[in-house]
Amino acid sequence: MTGPGVWGAEGVSVRFGARQALDRVTISALPGRVTAVVGADGAGKTTLLRCLVGALAPGEGTVRRPDARRIGYLPPGTGVYEDLSVAENLRFRSASYGIPAPAAEREVNKYLERTGLAAARDRLAGQLSGGMLRKLGVVAALLPQPDLLVLDEPTTGVDPVSRADLWWLIASAAAGGAAVLMSTTYTDEAARAARVLVLDSGQPLAEGTPAEIVAAIPGTITVAAERPAAGDERRRSWRRAGAWRVWQPGADPGRGEAVAPDLQDAVCVAALRRELGASHA
Amino acid sequence: MRAMIVKEFRQLRRDRRTLAMMIVMPVLLLVILGYAASFDVSAVPTVVAGPGAAAVVKALPETFHLAATYQAGPQTPEAWARDQLRDGHAAVAIVTGTAPGLQVLIDGTQLFDAQKTLQELSALSGGKAVTTASVTGSASVQILYNPELKTSYIMIPGLAGVILVFVGTVITSLGVVRERQAGTLEQLAVMPLRPMDVFLGKIIPYFVVAVADLAIVLAVGVAVFGVPFAGSAAVFALGALLFVFVTLGLGVLISSVSQTQGQAIQLAVMTLLPQVLLSGLIFPLSSIVAGVRWIAYLLPLTYFTEISRGVMLRAEPITSLWPPFVYLALLGAVVATLATLRFRAFLAPGEGR
Repeated sequence: MTGPGVWGAEGVSVRFGARQALDRVTISALPGRVTAVVGADGAGKTTLLRCLVGALAPGEGTVRRPDARRIGYLPPGTGVYEDLSVAENLRFRSASYGIPAPAAEREVNKYLERTGLAAARDRLAGQLSGGMLRKLGVVAALLPQPDLLVLDEPTTGVDPVSRADLWWLIASAAAGGAAVLMSTTYTDEAARAARVLVLDSGQPLAEGTPAEIVAAIPGTITVAAERPAAGDERRRSWRRAGAWRVWQPGADPGRGEAVAPDLQDAVCVAALRRELGASHA
Repeated sequence: MRAMIVKEFRQLRRDRRTLAMMIVMPVLLLVILGYAASFDVSAVPTVVAGPGAAAVVKALPETFHLAATYQAGPQTPEAWARDQLRDGHAAVAIVTGTAPGLQVLIDGTQLFDAQKTLQELSALSGGKAVTTASVTGSASVQILYNPELKTSYIMIPGLAGVILVFVGTVITSLGVVRERQAGTLEQLAVMPLRPMDVFLGKIIPYFVVAVADLAIVLAVGVAVFGVPFAGSAAVFALGALLFVFVTLGLGVLISSVSQTQGQAIQLAVMTLLPQVLLSGLIFPLSSIVAGVRWIAYLLPLTYFTEISRGVMLRAEPITSLWPPFVYLALLGAVVATLATLRFRAFLAPGEGR
């Protein structure tokens, strides 16, 4: 997907020594939309985002990104200085992007008030809780009013209230016209995005809108109280919410009760299809 | 406890640098120090001037190693001899044709050469102690620049260099590694800052601190220890500037190959120690075995010590001090180029592909 204001990567590969961290991955970030990269730890999410913002040069493939002044980035470690106060961190960030002080101040006040960080304005970033630190990192990334906002797991390990604040920040950036690209390990969160890329061991597993990904699952998903005893069916099962889900690839739904799949089911099936090979494709 | 010991050994085995520091460093230090740690002077560089120079050269005891002679020319023999000492070409100058017969001028900043010379003169005059401005037989003896042969006079100009190495190399390397450990270096890499802006923005504060440190050390040296500052402040400042440039570059270079602050400190100490031991700060360069002495000529502190002692104590002009300036500039260019390239690799990974 290309066009004016569409940022992304095409056929990007990265190798760290013998390990293939990314293998011909393509992703687009559309203006005004949130695109999520979902995958387990070590799937290559961070590597992909680093390529997109220019912190890492891919071995193969091309990257389309705006000028550095128009990129906002939240790296895995929040990217803020723990020995500077909240206000000092934001002042440094806005000065580095050449944002005039009065305009920066207005933006900072707006975000700090909305995210509950205003009271911690003079506190050292190192003394903030995990959730507050992530919020500070996202506010700092938003300051340049970026065309491309890249957030590496902004909500991981964050309490529900902070998570809601973070989603308000993400949604308001998209509403302001930014192309938002975020990574997450939570499929329920990825389901809120306009488009999703599922990564597994550096390879794209599925791509599209959450509905498209769910619709692309072949066969049926059933739910059972006990795990299937043995055989092929056992290998196609996974635990979820105190019960067992079983993927039935053929037209026959089997013995269990069929359920409407969601994105998490779709991701599990995509991973199973790769693991079990072409016979279930 | 056994589990703890096994765990500790496992960690140690994986931390190659610490292991190297624990095993290789002591051996290396022993060898280097064994050859370097010597206050013994076997040859004192000597110049002889005046109409009777030829006769004095013939009678010169073995300890005095002839560097040059001067019979007559545009300068008076004494003026020529004093210039030779000021410019560091010799530690002793013997001037003939003066009353009471011979004039022996000794460079007091070459502490061990000066002490050896006084011992030799004392032996020649039948065991009589020879001190500054004393007259022994037909010779007058004068110790220049450091008449009381005070150790503080020669140590403080060099110690100023050690402090600059500490601030420049150790503190700078820590500052840069901290950015990397905290993940903020990656943030800087994607911000609209040129690698040069980040590089200079990072080292200029340390440069300012290093300069302030230097000013304090010098002020204390002059005010408390009475060390003279005889030469040009501008020449000294230029030398210090070049030296700080090299040490800051070294700091950035160290940080670029260190993952943690601990590793940076280890490497910085590994560069600090040989500089203190081999730069001529403690042991005279001429006493270090030639096989080890070449290392001294790769160390920036060697050249800064030469400049600071020359300018502060002997008022040596830049016209005779140019070699250490050139070497420092060369070292600075090499270190800064390597440091910038390494730093650039982090901050602009896509460029140059």
